[in-house]
Amino acid sequence: MSTTTFATITESPDALTTVLPDPKQTAAVDSPSFWHYFPASSLTDVRTEHAMWSEVLPGGSHWSWRMPRGSAMRFVALDSGANLSLVMYSAMEKLERYNMSDSLKAQHTAHYSKGHVLMSDMGRSMASVTADSLGWHDPLGALLDNDLMAEKYGEKRYGEARNAMHRSGKDGLLIEIGKYGLTRRDLIAPVNLFSKVSVDEQGRFAFAPDHSQAGDFVELRFDMDVILAVSSSPHALDPNPLYAPKKIGLLAWRCGAAPADDACRTFRPENARALHNTDMLYL
Amino acid sequence: MTNDIAPITAVPHMPAAMRIKESELDPAKAVSDQRHAAGEPILFGLSKGQTLRIVDLEGNQAADVIFYNRDDLAEHYSATDTIQRQGGIYLTTGSVLRSNDARPMLTIVADTCGRHDTLGGHCAAESNTVRYALQKKFMHSCRDNYLIALQHADIGLTKRDLVPNINFFMNVPVTDSGDLKFDDGVSGPGKYVEMRAEMNLWVLISNCPQLNNPCNDYNPTPTQLLVWDPT
Repeated sequence: MSTTTFATITESPDALTTVLPDPKQTAAVDSPSFWHYFPASSLTDVRTEHAMWSEVLPGGSHWSWRMPRGSAMRFVALDSGANLSLVMYSAMEKLERYNMSDSLKAQHTAHYSKGHVLMSDMGRSMASVTADSLGWHDPLGALLDNDLMAEKYGEKRYGEARNAMHRSGKDGLLIEIGKYGLTRRDLIAPVNLFSKVSVDEQGRFAFAPDHSQAGDFVELRFDMDVILAVSSSPHALDPNPLYAPKKIGLLAWRCGAAPADDACRTFRPENARALHNTDMLYL
Repeated sequence: MTNDIAPITAVPHMPAAMRIKESELDPAKAVSDQRHAAGEPILFGLSKGQTLRIVDLEGNQAADVIFYNRDDLAEHYSATDTIQRQGGIYLTTGSVLRSNDARPMLTIVADTCGRHDTLGGHCAAESNTVRYALQKKFMHSCRDNYLIALQHADIGLTKRDLVPNINFFMNVPVTDSGDLKFDDGVSGPGKYVEMRAEMNLWVLISNCPQLNNPCNDYNPTPTQLLVWDPT
């Protein structure tokens, strides 16, 4: 394991000037080891000896990864009031993708927490929620787009703000899925980690401000090889009048595929069948 | 669970749950009037300004509908943009059905049912294996209907375009604790919903063949589709 350390989480290394030790190609890679600076309580049950890499995603930014079956990503809110919008596509067949409706109706839920799985349109579990300090992550609120962003926060363009410009979750995810040949028609309803949007008996939305506190965490175990794209722009329904996106810590680690007695398998019979359908891809 | 008591801030511009409104359009003056058989697909064009009425002839029949911009096939109905912009999950009179670009595609102008579902999506052979049993995969489903219609029409729409749809006449409430319920329909024989096209559209409908849950009262039935030109 890397022993590289940094003074604080906000003192990120300068990628152009920091010389890091070469990781052993056959060993678990974790350089730089951002995760050492995540609150210890946010890493409960992570087997850090199996860490692959860690990252700090600045507020308003976007990135994507190809995550293999049997890997997990621990997402850690490093500020209060964080939001992380994510979408997933099968890395083997990009026509197969996370499906909001199929996931919600199969589990009779309008929110995600530990035990739930994120299902594809092909009846397979793509990822399972294996840890969660919050109890509620939002599948309904969609993305902040450029029109909403300009309406709520005014314009802040690259010309005057450089990399502190306002970035929308929608454009962030369009950039990321574009890297894999996916286009605007392929952008699906996302999951908004760390955000809570409840629904009253009249069907109306209510956004819970400061739902997440610094140190809150949620973990996805990837049940198939996926393309994962994320944006840390604010939630579209966040009433904060200031554009104030929050940073998120990420720790990717090797957890292994879901065992027979897995908590997500036993959570509901529907989830056992969705995980079975995924297992059938890896016989 | 650390935040059960987090304060709740209401989202502005919230709609009321149900707005019942009858239409003044005369079926005798419709330019198209057809019966949509139980469990069948249909794909047809609807032009800007035209009005479409879907009638639940026998009651408790789910009509699973997706709209596409006929002039730009990459623009489709978006459940989440629609509910985000209106601040709530149910569709009724006055609801604006929006696209993945958050643009208005249609406006609901009359509704004698009062509530339609945005969350439940359409059934598919694969999701049926998850929801009911692995052996249910050979039963007919809405996605099979959609794919039959799109494969035969060959107009450039494919499986990637089969996004979460509207379930007209279905009642799928969300509870305070964030559970999704599939309640008895609020629809009944002869109830209808009517919508005006705000752009040139393809309308893709599966008259749902699902037999494993009460969304069609275990008895899929026909609907009626009427279209009027602008007055």
